[in-house]
Amino acid sequence: MSLAEPAALPVATSAAPRLHVLKRFSSRFKTSLPAYLLLLPSLVFLALFTYGAMGRVFIDALYQRATPKAPVRFVGLDNINAVLADPAFVGAVVNNLIYAVGTAIPSIGLALLFALALSRTHAVNSALRAALFLPVLIPMVAASALFLFIFLPNVGLLDYYIGRFLPVLPNWLGDPDIALYAIMVITIWKNAGYYMLFFLAGLQAVPEDVMEAAHLDGAGPYRRFRHIILPELKPTFLFVIVIATLNAVTQVDHVFVMTKGGPSNSTNLVLFYIYQQAVEHYDIGKASAATLLTLAALMGLTALSFRTMANREGGP
Amino acid sequence: MKLLEALWKDAPLATRGEITPKLGFLLTVLLAIVWLIPFLWMGVATLRPASDGINAMAELMPSLKPTLDNIRDAWEIGDFPRYALNTTFICAGILLVQFVTITLAGFAFARLSFAGKTLIFYMFLMQLMLVPVLLIVPNLKLVAQLGLYDTLTGVMMPFFASAFGTFLMRQAFEAIPTELEDAALIDGASLFQRIRHIYVPLSMPSFSAFAIISVTSHWNDFLWPLMVINSPDKRPLTVGLSVFTATAEGTQAWGTIAAGTLMVIAPLLVTFLIFQKRFISSFVTSGIK
Repeated sequence: MSLAEPAALPVATSAAPRLHVLKRFSSRFKTSLPAYLLLLPSLVFLALFTYGAMGRVFIDALYQRATPKAPVRFVGLDNINAVLADPAFVGAVVNNLIYAVGTAIPSIGLALLFALALSRTHAVNSALRAALFLPVLIPMVAASALFLFIFLPNVGLLDYYIGRFLPVLPNWLGDPDIALYAIMVITIWKNAGYYMLFFLAGLQAVPEDVMEAAHLDGAGPYRRFRHIILPELKPTFLFVIVIATLNAVTQVDHVFVMTKGGPSNSTNLVLFYIYQQAVEHYDIGKASAATLLTLAALMGLTALSFRTMANREGGP
Repeated sequence: MKLLEALWKDAPLATRGEITPKLGFLLTVLLAIVWLIPFLWMGVATLRPASDGINAMAELMPSLKPTLDNIRDAWEIGDFPRYALNTTFICAGILLVQFVTITLAGFAFARLSFAGKTLIFYMFLMQLMLVPVLLIVPNLKLVAQLGLYDTLTGVMMPFFASAFGTFLMRQAFEAIPTELEDAALIDGASLFQRIRHIYVPLSMPSFSAFAIISVTSHWNDFLWPLMVINSPDKRPLTVGLSVFTATAEGTQAWGTIAAGTLMVIAPLLVTFLIFQKRFISSFVTSGIK
């Protein structure tokens, strides 16, 4: 079967009756060969950097070096136990949970507000949408550079305009009780415009005549929102929550630029902890163990979003 | 109020008098202004002369004596042309290889039937979940083993296959009528000729949507290039900007930081403002980059 032959033909030949199992298998393989060749380039890179990477995390998590120069030796679950016993890791997990909830809820809420307010398309709304979308485009590192000054004590933008109304000027990034929330503000600012797009798309599905009929039946804006718009947006909510959670785990660039996890680990997030273990402490075993635990934690989410995503991609 | 009424003139007649939607709109306008303040400050601070002093740095009113000194300083200290070149090279390299891999794989999913299709489909889907950035540790080790540590190729490699792109192309290819392919088949066109001359030209909108998502996301990548790149002359813009910011922060040169940030994000902002509609519709299809 050469590549030049039609795509539809293999279906007919694979249905040949009473073939020996092995023969049938090989003929099925032969008819599938063109497809495999086309998929090969993608599968090679996926094998190296996705599946292979997962396998290597699994193995690396089981080995450890006594000293940086010593050969690796098998230590079983020691790395996992060491990570779980590390107060820095537990702190990072707790921070990450606060960070996930504290960024997802406000940014999704704001995104919904923006989408509802700007759902009808005209020049004014398009300009407002663009303004709210701008932060999505810029690198997190650039956003961090701007917010470094915004949060700068005494002379920064926030203190200059708002600080004068406060009795005591807080040190936004220097106070362990506040720094994590300051970091969260950047994430909300950066992501709300992105989630707004999905709600705008979702709102297209709400039929205008149903809304008008509801109004004629005496339903005010709140009841129309509660009983017509919200149910219609349910799939959008699920999808956006998944993305927001993934972002909460994977977007840590601002932690690196602004606080390096400090002060006293108050802004340390899981991925930054992994980075520290691998790059600063050269502890691949512990970094892999932490990666493994993070992957495992995301599996629950994976199960949920797999179905949503498979539906979105139209199934196999 | 007159203005608000003008904006609502196409709303259903029955709901036009309601007050809640208008309050929501006003709140959104207010927040949109707040959303723009960091950008406004960046522009104003870039043009502010150092002689205005640190205490005027936060002032959002533009300085009366605008200067380009900050831009010049940032340009000289930061080596931004080199960083921009590296970032461009990384984005272009990733995109070119992705175009090949996603076209071939997308075609296989769209038009061919083969054993294990469901399994392979889910294997691709898995990449959408296991965002590459989570796998930085094992991937750094692999890149080092391949001898690609501290090379731009090493930065690019994990992104050469894209499940998102594959699904996007599959969708585009499925929408193309099979009659076109059949006609080419009768004329004796080979598989690659059919992909090259029928499927690819008819899927340009999907390619451009994918290009927008791919380039913006890799333009903004930070943690991965930070780990792979060691030599200063191979840094992409994001890594360069973080080093630059850390240096300038020590000397409280906020005008220079604003100018450096402006230079890094200006290409993206200008492109966005020109192709706004296309950007927005691409990002809607993205979901996960």
